[in-house]
Amino acid sequence: MKRIGKPVFFIVAILILFLSYTSVFGIYGENGDFKITYIKGMSDIRWGIDIKGGVEAVFAPADGKEATEEQMKSVKSILDLRLVSQNITDYELYPDYSNGRITVRFPWKSDEKDYDPNKAIEELAATAKLTFRPGNSYTNITYADDGSVVYMTPSGETAETVLLDGSNVKSATAQYITTSDNKTEYVVALEFDDEGKEKFASATEQYLNQTISIWMDDQMISAPTVQNVITDGEATISGTFTADDATELANKINAGALPFDLTVESYGTISPSLGAYALQAMAIAAVAALIFICLFMIVMYRVPGFVACLALLGQLAISIMAVSGYFTIFPSFTMTLPGIAGMILSIGMGVDANIITAERIKDELYTGKTLDGCIRNGTKSSFSAIFDGNVTIIIVAIILILVFGPANIFSSMFGVSTTGLIYAFGYTLLVGVIANFIMGVGASRLMLRSVSGLKFLRNRRLYGGKKS
Amino acid sequence: MRQTFHIDFIGKSKIFFGISLGIMLVCLVLNLFVLPTRVDIQFTGGTIIKYTYGGDVSESEVKKVAQDATKETISFTFSENLAADKSSKDNHIVALEFTETKALSVKEKSGITDALTKAFPDNNFTESESSSVDPSKGANFFFKCLAAVILAAVLMIVYVGLRFKKIGGLSAGCMAVVALIHDLIIVYFTFVVFRMSLDDNFIAVVLMIFGYSLNDTIVIYDRIRENRKKLGPKTTNADLVNCSLNQCFTRTICTSITTISAIASVLIVALIFNIDSIISFALPMMIGLVSGCYSSICIACPLWVMWTNHKDKRKATKRNSAKSDKSQKTQEA
Repeated sequence: MKRIGKPVFFIVAILILFLSYTSVFGIYGENGDFKITYIKGMSDIRWGIDIKGGVEAVFAPADGKEATEEQMKSVKSILDLRLVSQNITDYELYPDYSNGRITVRFPWKSDEKDYDPNKAIEELAATAKLTFRPGNSYTNITYADDGSVVYMTPSGETAETVLLDGSNVKSATAQYITTSDNKTEYVVALEFDDEGKEKFASATEQYLNQTISIWMDDQMISAPTVQNVITDGEATISGTFTADDATELANKINAGALPFDLTVESYGTISPSLGAYALQAMAIAAVAALIFICLFMIVMYRVPGFVACLALLGQLAISIMAVSGYFTIFPSFTMTLPGIAGMILSIGMGVDANIITAERIKDELYTGKTLDGCIRNGTKSSFSAIFDGNVTIIIVAIILILVFGPANIFSSMFGVSTTGLIYAFGYTLLVGVIANFIMGVGASRLMLRSVSGLKFLRNRRLYGGKKS
Repeated sequence: MRQTFHIDFIGKSKIFFGISLGIMLVCLVLNLFVLPTRVDIQFTGGTIIKYTYGGDVSESEVKKVAQDATKETISFTFSENLAADKSSKDNHIVALEFTETKALSVKEKSGITDALTKAFPDNNFTESESSSVDPSKGANFFFKCLAAVILAAVLMIVYVGLRFKKIGGLSAGCMAVVALIHDLIIVYFTFVVFRMSLDDNFIAVVLMIFGYSLNDTIVIYDRIRENRKKLGPKTTNADLVNCSLNQCFTRTICTSITTISAIASVLIVALIFNIDSIISFALPMMIGLVSGCYSSICIACPLWVMWTNHKDKRKATKRNSAKSDKSQKTQEA
């Protein structure tokens, strides 16, 4: 039988240890006062509101009114705007177009002690105030999630005068047009009602060749320059828009003209101190469990047990990587309590895969074959059980992801659920089982066949057999 | 040959069924007459607000102040906050549950919070947790969970049916699902007996046990499938399953010890820190794991033997009657 080279074990083991260390602690550098993240560790994981504490609310049109998909998109864009202007960037928004609901979830800001969640929820649900104002003077700026500058709070003449407001806007749409000089570009087309038409005509006359800025609540969303006097109530805002930019601006303007108010259908808040205990407790439990499992495996199965511990470490590392994102370009997954349960189950599956294999090798050792033959037969005969067990779990995990995910197969029947938390269970379970295939099935077999080539580990008793 | 266990699991199946049914019956009686099911507002709809506070406050006064701030009827639960120091400013907890099953508006909630902080300025009333769910939403969530579980069960039966054709796939799949249902019932009764309300933790536990129990059953089915090939068709179903179960027994025990110890460490730490949300998740999960392991060996496999024996018998009688029909015909001719 072709044996696998001895160095393979050490290469795989070192790789696993490297992955484990970096996935837990990350790799950071320093550049003056800035901390630079090269590899994201556990401290970069975004914890769900059930662990870290935070706010969740579901918004719906008031008085049981129905909302179209277009209107829901406007609601989403206005919530986006408001969350950013409240300085909350670490939020999640899940619109459910078929049922006209939108779920928002955000953790506590770590630096704020006296944060009032009730006020935050009410501000988010407030009626959108869209205004057209002369000039574009602002008081201060903040930064959105993607780093772009957001201009806040009008000042000077911009603050004093309101030319027209959202109720005068009939619609805003993103359009793709050909200009007079045969170029194509994206624009936002505005249509005003009769009152708006008059107001806009006089405004464009007064501020011709000057700026008229458009504000949502306290935030400037656009500041176009008036190029013509517009009397027919149909204006276009042009600029160097991409298709997305134009759609986004149109959505924001439409939000100011929504025919309904938002109400808070359900909400939940969890204080951060409560969550902090939970996280600390889980960390202690995880370390204790890992130590126990490793000791148990080494005592029970010796060499295969030791290899199993390494494989388990590798599996855990992959799971943590999949949650934290590992590389800075990937966003962190939101980890919830059910998510941790999923991880535990997948670890259980990983241990199981190694136990099944080790037991099979033990069986083979009693038939009197060579050590290499036993390891080969044992790993081969254990594969179908591990495969079938894992595939069924994968089926369950995929169903959970599809049912409780942000976009789900049942949304037309049941709507978005307030507890999208379970989605995390499906995700960590799926990732864990895949990691189990890589580590518990792939890497552990490689390591076992390689390590059995080492002379001092050739004793059959080290694999659970009788003396050699 | 390696020493294996020699336990006659199939012969004792009546005892196992008896134990399971007995436990379920006792729990059902308890559930119906002594310990009613508590359903979290996540499913029923309604509102709960929890405040932490410190120092001595008369409970009746707190009740009065909060009740005066709203039109809804409130039921109060006072408890110690074990996570905090005895002397700290948040060593007491009061939970306000609104009897009406509807979502409380944010404004009303702030009103109550303001009233409490104003009336007891020295006691540091802080909202630690609040949850308000619209009843229709709660029911929706429940049915969605149910739909997910049913969908998963159907796909399971199909998968097991395809992969385990050699041991009568469909029946094997159905018995695996029966074992699953057994475990889910046990998990449900764990919530009932320990006075925990059914919430999203319940769903998470159910899902995890679903996966665990299934994996356990499939590992044993795999052995049965393999042994069916090895031992040939002459071996009786009972012997086949007994032999497979005994061969897998060490594995079953070891896997259970490791998985259960993982959850046990979570439970112990949660008990030390007194974190309700984790206790109500680790405890039923641990009991579910035990049940999952037990049901694969003692429920799914004996049931499968019974079903397959029954089928074989019917086949045999059919064959016999067909034979005698034939012989009758030849006689007549």
